[in-house]
Amino acid sequence: MVLLILGLIAVATTRRAWPAFADEGMRFFTTTRWAPNAEVFGSLPFVYGTVVTAVIALVLAVPVSVGIALFLSDVAPRRLRRPVSSLVDLLAAIPSVVYGLWGVIVLAPWITGVYDRISDITSPVPVLSTLFAGPSTGRGLFTAGIILALMVTPIITSITREVFDTVPAMAKEAAYALGSTRWEMIRAAVFPHSRAGMIGAVMLGLGRAMGETIAAALVIGSSARITAQLFGSGDSMAAVIANEFGESGGLHRAALIGLGVELFALTILVNVIARVIIARGRRHA
Amino acid sequence: MYRKSARFTGPFAALVAVAMLAVGCGGADDTPTASTDNTSAGAAATGQPRLSATLNGSGATFPKSFYEVAIAGYQKVQPGVTVNYAGGGSGTGRQNLQDGVVDYAGSDGLVKAADVPKYKGEFLYIPTVSAPITVSYNLGDVKDLTLDADTIAKIFQRQIKKWDDPAISALNPGTRLPATDITVAHRSDGSGTTENFTLYLVAAAPNTWTLKSGATVEWPADTQAGNGNQGVAQIVKGTAGAIGYVDLSDAKASGLQFAKVKNKAGKAVVPSVASTTAALDGAEVKADLSYNPLNAAGDGAYPITAPTWILVYKNQTDRAKGEALKSFLRYMVTDAQKLAEDIDYAPLPKSLQEKTISQIDSIFVPTP
Repeated sequence: MVLLILGLIAVATTRRAWPAFADEGMRFFTTTRWAPNAEVFGSLPFVYGTVVTAVIALVLAVPVSVGIALFLSDVAPRRLRRPVSSLVDLLAAIPSVVYGLWGVIVLAPWITGVYDRISDITSPVPVLSTLFAGPSTGRGLFTAGIILALMVTPIITSITREVFDTVPAMAKEAAYALGSTRWEMIRAAVFPHSRAGMIGAVMLGLGRAMGETIAAALVIGSSARITAQLFGSGDSMAAVIANEFGESGGLHRAALIGLGVELFALTILVNVIARVIIARGRRHA
Repeated sequence: MYRKSARFTGPFAALVAVAMLAVGCGGADDTPTASTDNTSAGAAATGQPRLSATLNGSGATFPKSFYEVAIAGYQKVQPGVTVNYAGGGSGTGRQNLQDGVVDYAGSDGLVKAADVPKYKGEFLYIPTVSAPITVSYNLGDVKDLTLDADTIAKIFQRQIKKWDDPAISALNPGTRLPATDITVAHRSDGSGTTENFTLYLVAAAPNTWTLKSGATVEWPADTQAGNGNQGVAQIVKGTAGAIGYVDLSDAKASGLQFAKVKNKAGKAVVPSVASTTAALDGAEVKADLSYNPLNAAGDGAYPITAPTWILVYKNQTDRAKGEALKSFLRYMVTDAQKLAEDIDYAPLPKSLQEKTISQIDSIFVPTP
């Protein structure tokens, strides 16, 4: 049933995107110039922006989420667990447009100063000086990554916490009996047992980060370019669809739907990879 | 994990089914739900026959606040007619009219010749209001600033990067301009405002402006993008040295300062309802009532004036809907025009208004 729906969505969108695919051919996927008023549509900058912001989000969110989950499952006193985990779950209930507005009104103006400081500090270092080059406006790939990290943290946290809860008490106590400290116990008993589940959680978070639309559209800066400057503005696939769809027509609209098809394919790819990793992890465990 | 995800698919599939159901219901809306109330047809309080229908529209967001005021006013005259206007952008409105899912579409731009055959028959342009697009800036105590098309083009293309550039100074003798860096703000979303602003630059600065026109253009990378007129206004307000194009009502609401712009006659004009009406007076109106008030002639004309239209099919197929549509459009271009000025839209000048009324009268409605 679900497969049928997914299949129908894929067919319907591809058909409406076909004029753009036919007009641009492979250039749609391989070129970097996106100029609706010249009817040139290269989607690569948006793929790049989507991947970069999602990666930033995961780099920020995964350690925090795993940390919170461990705290809740193995460290926190029992009476603290429920309130803290419902607080984290509450983060997931905030509508994404609220995150986006907070990002553009509160975070972006404030974080400009932080970015400028970081780019001052890193300016003598060869690679970092490019990554963190200024000046920044506060709206850009990294800010979008931060907002996305906030949005995926509750997802990754609640799933990893449940996975950690399934670790058999016996395995934990065996580790303690061998004289492990708490951290050694976590490394020896909790992590190996939960690897597949953790990867699954991260992949769910990744899917959320790649598909997030309105929050990204508000803070990402909206310029169709591939840049190594993480503090600079970029654009993501979902964001450009949200921004340009209303005023589009003809080939432009087809190209935007084409972006949707591409994003769809990309998320399916990520999910398949995740399944493969999980399946392999299961075999080893 | 697997058991968990299997449990999740149930509600998910249900959700999809509900969403599809909702779409199905939406589609059913274009079958006429309207009926003319024949029994009570007669003299209403206004002396017009009482109508009963539901009219759906979508499209340009630029005139949306005027349309909302007009719809609220019309509801008092014809309580039996429900009028909806969904916004969504000019492109969406035109697409919806092509697909026949709306009764009228708002559009800031004209239909491209290549797209005309896609419509389900002949359609008409109904001019409604127009409004100026301001060039708003944030420059501390510089309260009075004059710009011309060439300079605006160079600023937005990042060829002029400082406020004390000789080109700006030459237009503002006697004004002390600071050496502040210019920050350019533009729309991140596709917009009829962007389209009209760039169309103006194409018309008025043909030798300088190279980015062409469109709802989305390729701005230089070192510019800033904001969502909607409010988003651009927010950047301008929050950034010293910023400049951006914002419609008049949002510029006023955000307390922005805006530049006088030199028009075709070489006069520096402040954006206002009066200077916009002057631009409409100076614009050449074609037989189909399409007109271009951008860079219009006339001493008092503000050059960056954006037009907007409602598109409707000339041949209506449903009597009740057709009658209601004509009556609503007539209200929009007559009584509602008085409401426009309060919210910073310019009403149609007399001559254009008369032509528009006869255009509305030419809409064909089937007799029972």
